[in-house]
Amino acid sequence: MALALTEEQKILQSTAREFISANAPVAHLRGLRDSRDATGFSRDLWKEMAKLGWVGLTFDEASGGSDLGYAELAVLFEECGRTLAPTPFLSSAVLGAECVRRGAAEPLRAQILSGVAQGETLLALALDERAHFAPYVIETKAEKSGEGYVLTGEKGFVLDGHVADRLVVVARTSGAAGDRDGVGLFLVDRLAKGVTVSRTGMVDSRNAARVRLDRAPAEAVLGEVGGGADVLDAALDRGTAVLCAEILGLATEAFEQTVEYLKTREQFGVKIGTFQALKHRASVMFAELELARSIVRETMNAIDEDGPDVPALVSVAKARCSDVGSLVSREMLQMHGGIGMTDEADIGFYLKRARVAELTFGDASYHRDRFATLQGY
Amino acid sequence: MRSTDLDNRHYYCHYLQWPTAVGHFSKEVRSMESLESFRQEVRSWLEENCPASQRLPRDGETPLPWGSPQAVEDAKLWLERCANKGFTCPSWPAEYGGGGLSNEQEKVLRQEVAAVGTQLPGMSFGTHMLGPVLLELGNEEQKRRFIPDIIHNRLTWAQGYSEPGAGSDLAGLQTRAERVGDEYVINGSKIWTTGANNADWMFCLVRTDPDAPKHDGISFILFDLKSPGVTISPIELISGASEFCQVFFEDVRAKAENLIGEKNKGWAIAKRLLQYERTMISGMGGGGGPRGGAKRKRVAKRYRSMADMALPYVGEKDGKLADFALRDQLTQTEMDTICLTLTTKRVGEEVKAQKGPGHTASMFKWYATELNKRRQEILTTALGTQALGWEGEGFQAHELAHTRGWLRSKGNSIEGGTSEVQMNVIAKRVLGLPD
Ligand SMILES: Cc1cc2nc3c(=O)[nH]c(=O)nc-3n(C[C@H](O)[C@H](O)[C@H](O)COP(=O)(O)OP(=O)(O)OC[C@H]3O[C@@H](n4cnc5c(N)ncnc54)[C@H](O)[C@@H]3O)c2cc1C
Repeated sequence: MALALTEEQKILQSTAREFISANAPVAHLRGLRDSRDATGFSRDLWKEMAKLGWVGLTFDEASGGSDLGYAELAVLFEECGRTLAPTPFLSSAVLGAECVRRGAAEPLRAQILSGVAQGETLLALALDERAHFAPYVIETKAEKSGEGYVLTGEKGFVLDGHVADRLVVVARTSGAAGDRDGVGLFLVDRLAKGVTVSRTGMVDSRNAARVRLDRAPAEAVLGEVGGGADVLDAALDRGTAVLCAEILGLATEAFEQTVEYLKTREQFGVKIGTFQALKHRASVMFAELELARSIVRETMNAIDEDGPDVPALVSVAKARCSDVGSLVSREMLQMHGGIGMTDEADIGFYLKRARVAELTFGDASYHRDRFATLQGY
Repeated sequence: MRSTDLDNRHYYCHYLQWPTAVGHFSKEVRSMESLESFRQEVRSWLEENCPASQRLPRDGETPLPWGSPQAVEDAKLWLERCANKGFTCPSWPAEYGGGGLSNEQEKVLRQEVAAVGTQLPGMSFGTHMLGPVLLELGNEEQKRRFIPDIIHNRLTWAQGYSEPGAGSDLAGLQTRAERVGDEYVINGSKIWTTGANNADWMFCLVRTDPDAPKHDGISFILFDLKSPGVTISPIELISGASEFCQVFFEDVRAKAENLIGEKNKGWAIAKRLLQYERTMISGMGGGGGPRGGAKRKRVAKRYRSMADMALPYVGEKDGKLADFALRDQLTQTEMDTICLTLTTKRVGEEVKAQKGPGHTASMFKWYATELNKRRQEILTTALGTQALGWEGEGFQAHELAHTRGWLRSKGNSIEGGTSEVQMNVIAKRVLGLPD
């Protein structure tokens, strides 16, 4: 598969850019933040995106989807990244939906997915229990109770957790924290008894929540009891991949704005872009971004071909995008001087989002370790 | 270009593909069927013509020792056979002896060549720098005179660009050429000239108008290095081999017909050639790509060549390379290599319509050479004092080769324009930042 965008993908890209810059510029996120919006994104906008067929882009037609690939989905994430558009795309349509798609039985599967595709149902993945990403470090317990399971434990950094209709909770039926075996995925109604969700305010003004489970009943088990890691890993790889596309979009926008500033701002009677100290750093960013673009595309192709090197490529992509997002957003601030420090400029929004995205699903050193482990050294 | 130089460049280039759109001379787009029959043709031609010593050994074959007389003979034969088919320059027009292949056909050729575990031979300054420029900017007589020789590797070329006083500021060059009858008389000196002591001819930048602004008085001329008045003295490198030279000219006579393009308009030609050079330095080698045939199923690839080199020296702990900091750096280098290779492929796809390399050649040149230096440094750390032997006992051949390779790699970010100069080009030409 090609690494350059196809004609169809280019059309999707320009449609998305037009739609998102009109409906969700950075001012949109700023407005939600300033008004302390209880939802944290616009449900109307989300429904609009569903109508355009974007939310269910990768779902099969039976689930109300468009049956397109991650290569196309990445185009949308890149565009959302450019304006930092806050949507439940990642939580609901990728992480949650992939768990359901891979783990749920019919008719529940089609029922949930078509709800998601229509922008009606929201899902969230309740995974993290530590300040550092460690997907098998799970202490939340799943215990047999009658026909089903009840869950007890505490989860943090649950993306869009406070608005999700259903939570996919990662819990353990056996083994110890850190074991890959014994981990399972459980579908839980957010309003069920024993579930307490509280929103946590994050620096990037995006949604995350803390979830407490006190013998909360599971509606269904996704995948095998105690053998959910395969489904979880596949969902996380795909979630991480689209997050990389988001970072790529964010960093590309930050970079372009910075280069533009170098061409307009004057000091010492000349444009600051004439200073070689800044030129060379801009050239470095350009090259690092070009490399990021290529690995993101390759990763999506591998996902669409369901290739065996998806995990390795995802780690290459996330290590690089974490680093590049960090580099470009920091340089953006520095090269703008004092104005970069003001809340009035959007620069801080880019820096903050880049930092959160960097740590989400593992930072660069996490993924270098994972890659090396996958290669057997 | 001497073999040591080639080897060193191959060292970091084998994982890259030729990144630019080649094969644009043939406008013909063949149907899939004739492409398939072309593939069969190439496959059986390779089967018959590629000597065993010039490809990876198959099951049950014992490889000839590298550099043995038989292997050297085979290499010559392989070059000759490929040159006769025009396969040393697959996309060049058939009328000058090139392969005359379309883009698609060249891709097929490279895939099949990779599939038998060999490489197209004959890569040189001629095939990758001078040749493309002559085809673009030379006149008909010059093409007929020089292109066939380049395809058959009959002449070895040296690049007479840098001077003692003109390196990064190449346009400041002072070597003079004055027209006398139907000849130019050349006086001055070139330095850092790779392989001049083994070269037959030189493509050389000379000043033909000393009064014009510096970019406007330069010409691009070819002449025989055996001409009277040429003195060549090798300069020893930190890696030991004396692969580059200082060359002195005292009333050297070059035929005026071998001046390429117009008199005093050589700077544009010089820059064009640099783009080809940068592309070569960053992306020399293979072609077809690791995946081979378009429909071939994806297999999980292994990316652990550096780790395999490091393991015997560093050891393992819990199944991991024992030095954790080294493992992290090494992995980053491995990852960056993957990303660079993919970028070469992507940009190649994106500029398919474009003729030859563009300004992104500077990005590839910068990234690939800095990456190679990084790789050499990390491996030096990994091999420890075994990477620091110079000669004699106590070291294996590959360890001594590593020492030399590590030192030689330092030149990668200087030759063909320094890293700083590449970044200037990116800033100006790609990003449009002001002077
Ligand atoms: C192994 C090797 C092989 C070579 N082979 C050939 C050959 O075959 N033919 C040939 O003609 N030449 C050859 N060269 C020469 C090479 O092209 C020059 O060395 C190179 O262009 C740098 O010129 P210089 O050595 O004069 O360094 P200088 O130009 O003096 O540079 C010194 C330092 O200043 C920096 N600098 C200079 N200008 C700028 C600027 N504008 N902005 C920022 N920094 C700057 C440089 O990056 C460098 O770090 C070879 C060099 C090497 C190392």
